[in-house]
Amino acid sequence: MSDYRIQGDTGEWEVVIGLEVHAQITTNAKLFSGAATAFGAEPNTQVSLVDAAMPGMLPVPNRECIRQAVRTGMAINAQINKWSRFDRKNYFYADLPQGYQISQLYHPIVGEGAIEIQLDDKNPDTKKTIGVERIHVEQDAGKLMHDQHPTMSYVDLNRSGVALMEIVSRPDMGSPAEAGAYLSKLRTILRFVGSCDGNMDQGSMRADVNVSVRKPGGELGTRTETKNVNSVRFVMAVVEQEAKRQVALIEDGGKVVQETRLYDPDRNETRSMRSKEDAHDYRYFPDPDLLPLELDDAFLEECRASLPELPDAKRERYETALGLSAYNANVLTADVETARWFEVLLAETAALAKKPEAEVAKQAANWLISELFGALNKLGASLETSPVSPAAGAELLALIADGTISGSIAKQVLEKMLETGDGAGVIVEREGLKQTSDTGAIEAAIDAILAANADKVEQYKGGKEALFGFFVGQTMKAMQGKANPGMVNELLKKKLS
Amino acid sequence: MSVDTATVAKIASLARIKVTEAEIGAMVPELNGILAWVEQLAEVDVTGVEPMTAVIPNTQRLRDDVVNADPLTGGDMRDAVLANAPAPEHGFFGVPKVIE
Amino acid sequence: MTDLTNLGIAALRDGVAKGDFTATEVATAFNAAVEAAQPALNAFIVTTPEKALEAAAKVDADRAAGNPLGTMAGVPIGMKDLFATKGTQTTAASKILEGFTPQYESTVSQKLWDAGAGMLGKLNLDQFAMGSSNETSAFGNVISPWRRPNDTAPLAPGGSSGGSSSAVAARIAPAATGTDTGGSIRQPAAFTGISGIKPTYGRCSRWGVVAFASSLDQAGAMAHDVTDCAIMLEAMAGFDPKDSTSLNLPVPAWTAGLNADMKGKKVGIPREYRLDGMDPDVAKSWDDGIAWMKDAGAEIVEISLPHTKYALPTYYIIAPAEASSNLARYDGVRYGLRDLPDGAGLQDMYAATRAAGFGPEVKRRIMIGTYVLSAGFYDAYYTQAQKVRTLIARDFTEAFQQVDVILVPTAPSSAFALGEKSADPLEMYLNDVFSVPASLAGLPAMSVPAGLDRSGLPLGLQVIGKAFDEQGVLNASLALEQRAQFTARPAKWW
Ligand SMILES: [Mg+2]
Ligand SMILES: [Zn+2]
Repeated sequence: MSDYRIQGDTGEWEVVIGLEVHAQITTNAKLFSGAATAFGAEPNTQVSLVDAAMPGMLPVPNRECIRQAVRTGMAINAQINKWSRFDRKNYFYADLPQGYQISQLYHPIVGEGAIEIQLDDKNPDTKKTIGVERIHVEQDAGKLMHDQHPTMSYVDLNRSGVALMEIVSRPDMGSPAEAGAYLSKLRTILRFVGSCDGNMDQGSMRADVNVSVRKPGGELGTRTETKNVNSVRFVMAVVEQEAKRQVALIEDGGKVVQETRLYDPDRNETRSMRSKEDAHDYRYFPDPDLLPLELDDAFLEECRASLPELPDAKRERYETALGLSAYNANVLTADVETARWFEVLLAETAALAKKPEAEVAKQAANWLISELFGALNKLGASLETSPVSPAAGAELLALIADGTISGSIAKQVLEKMLETGDGAGVIVEREGLKQTSDTGAIEAAIDAILAANADKVEQYKGGKEALFGFFVGQTMKAMQGKANPGMVNELLKKKLS
Repeated sequence: MSVDTATVAKIASLARIKVTEAEIGAMVPELNGILAWVEQLAEVDVTGVEPMTAVIPNTQRLRDDVVNADPLTGGDMRDAVLANAPAPEHGFFGVPKVIE
Repeated sequence: MTDLTNLGIAALRDGVAKGDFTATEVATAFNAAVEAAQPALNAFIVTTPEKALEAAAKVDADRAAGNPLGTMAGVPIGMKDLFATKGTQTTAASKILEGFTPQYESTVSQKLWDAGAGMLGKLNLDQFAMGSSNETSAFGNVISPWRRPNDTAPLAPGGSSGGSSSAVAARIAPAATGTDTGGSIRQPAAFTGISGIKPTYGRCSRWGVVAFASSLDQAGAMAHDVTDCAIMLEAMAGFDPKDSTSLNLPVPAWTAGLNADMKGKKVGIPREYRLDGMDPDVAKSWDDGIAWMKDAGAEIVEISLPHTKYALPTYYIIAPAEASSNLARYDGVRYGLRDLPDGAGLQDMYAATRAAGFGPEVKRRIMIGTYVLSAGFYDAYYTQAQKVRTLIARDFTEAFQQVDVILVPTAPSSAFALGEKSADPLEMYLNDVFSVPASLAGLPAMSVPAGLDRSGLPLGLQVIGKAFDEQGVLNASLALEQRAQFTARPAKWW
């Protein structure tokens, strides 16, 4: 149990959180029609007669939607139901052309599974398993626009019928941090599996946040559901605001009502969504336009065989087989693009160095995390848009490894690479940045520096040993960074002793 | 089970059919007659019987993930989709303003 | 020249192919017959003489050019107004779809046009196919061409395919499409002395057919006789990847396979269909049918379908439940009627639109369906009904271990007068007592005329077959047809 508590007037309160995450399945066409799913199209252009619920139109499911849901289920070690079925959820709304959403209530395609989160990657004690109750496949609704006309709302059905997975957690989270970690981890897994692009700002992933409060160990309280929260940060904020609101309400003698709420990020508060309140009786029943979905072993086998190495396994391997720190392993597996980039970098680096990957992994990981990420950050770029490819990164690492350039020169080279797109070797050659191991030149530079700083030499010899770094820095500066740092150290020590 | 005026009003509201008091009054005995009649099904012993899912044994086919593979079920047909709309507005369907 | 409107599908097609007359002559003759009868019978919601002529012109041109002709070439037909027809208003006989012009063609109607058929118009029906007398249409009742002797009281053509049955019986269309959810092809065929077949569920695509109850709806053919029904059904049926419940099977050559010899065949007579107080004329016609089957060489076997009495109540839970959901799309947003009272919000618009657009029977069924699916009642009604449906289907499966086809009456009586049963919905529902069981089991079933009752009105006999065995149904029906020698025709009074 989380030790997160809300401090009320009557004492401490626990928070109980469950998330229902809607994740758009990455497909070309919709769940039940051949209309496209691309983001940002002109209104109502990606709408088929089926999506507009014209009379006599019928649904036929898209295999890829089913496949991705199954693969996702497998990725969280969930039970895969070889027999499942679509049901209709009936309600009236302008974004729902059929008057029902085709979903799965009674027999979802994926049953019980679990996702492991870790709040602090340096502390294995913060590991926690969050149960996943089910994953079902369903249709997305259309979109309403309210601000284009004084008396009308406008309906765009482009999203209508796009395939979603609804991933329903157990109420196993007890703090905003846990809810945030769960959502991030789920997003990571979906992106590894390739079943959802995880673009929360485009609505590809939204969470319905169920929150209730109770006295520690007490009976479960009444929960509220805050709909369509579209970032990890907002989910955490919703948990916190909603828990505080509920505690204050109860302590004031009020009662939490089971209701649907909406999060307003500008005011950082949730408010009741009365417009959907009368739609509670959904009259679910099996969709008679569809037949039971029966998955055969070959289909399941293909789903399993096509699963990539998943983030937990990868992190474990990075730590044990590659010897990376827990922190680095975690950073590199937090997103599928990072891991993919790292693994190409690692392979290229090992090939250039003619060494096993395990021997160059630390160097590659450190460079990627502390050098490249920093440099890209400054440019406002990301790995996906990086002008430096993993192969180019490997070339740079090879130049460091064989002593051609020093670490500090490497920083300059990387900046030039990002600027020009040229390779590290070309830049080093062109700018004359090769590291020197010429003892004479280094000694001459040291002599000049010691002579010019006689007072500091005096202090050093008097015991102020921290000044050694100053002499190293000055020497490197005089050598324009091109001196072999090991040699500088060695020669300085000799001259100062 | 039988329905009263309040239940009939609730069903009509769920079904989004506006009904007058008089209509509700007429519907109550009518629906009760039909419900009383269908309730004879309760006497059938269905122990161990599965509810029917497919009347003719058949399982669900799945289609390939291809956009506009069949123009009849594909998109890119905004004009056709909006052709019968009571209030088409700049490529949208217009409805009375909704406050969410 | 013979009156072309007396001819059926095979005769018209063969006559056109041989050059005895042109398709245009055929279309012209039927267009005129439709126009003359429309004020009296109201069989059509819209007539499309130009479509019939256009298709005929194409057939005539193809023939002149020596191109191969389709199996329905030169035959103008009526299209039940439940099938979406591109560019021609499609209403399901409801005000809520008045003016709706589909931008698409239903699979079944497209197949018929591809086979060379032409369209005389869109046939009237019970609103959303809900009814057994064609009295629930928003476009007026359809009148049967039949009358009782010395009585001008308008009679029901049956329903819901009442426009179809009336038009074919009156010989203003040689054939018509029908749809059958609980008997809507067979009962109107029986009422009007024509033949009608509902195939195995899934044979005809439902794509583009306005849905009533998805798990029951099946399109089928209504025509003069068994052979014409076979030709037309062959043109309509076939796998459609756009319909998940469509059967992925080749369409057998039913017409070529027609064979009235019943030697070696067993015909089942279910004892549960012999109801207490059964109309004696209906009972007699059933006995006639049994005798004809024997005469054709069949062995008669008494069988039991023990859950028969539960079929109707099962149907009246499942069909309204599905309908309540299928009809939710008629909401005034994307097509059809919109009733927007002053100051109404979205939900008020829905309620007003649906109140103004749906007729009383449609509302009644939506209400029942909504209730039986609602929280707390779902298992008691809907799940129980689906379990009983399993038992009903199982009864048939077991019976078909012993017999090849089943012979029963189509309807419990001959046609009744308009208004006679419309006051009490339950009494109207009971009309489908003999047709609903096969619908619940998804089986092919056909009605053929068996004779006239004491009031001079047609009675039908129904043959029910195994799943996928339309051939067996057609063959047994043909054996009945040959022995019934049904030649009675309504006197032309319109
Ligand atoms: Mg939810
Ligand atoms: Zn959902």
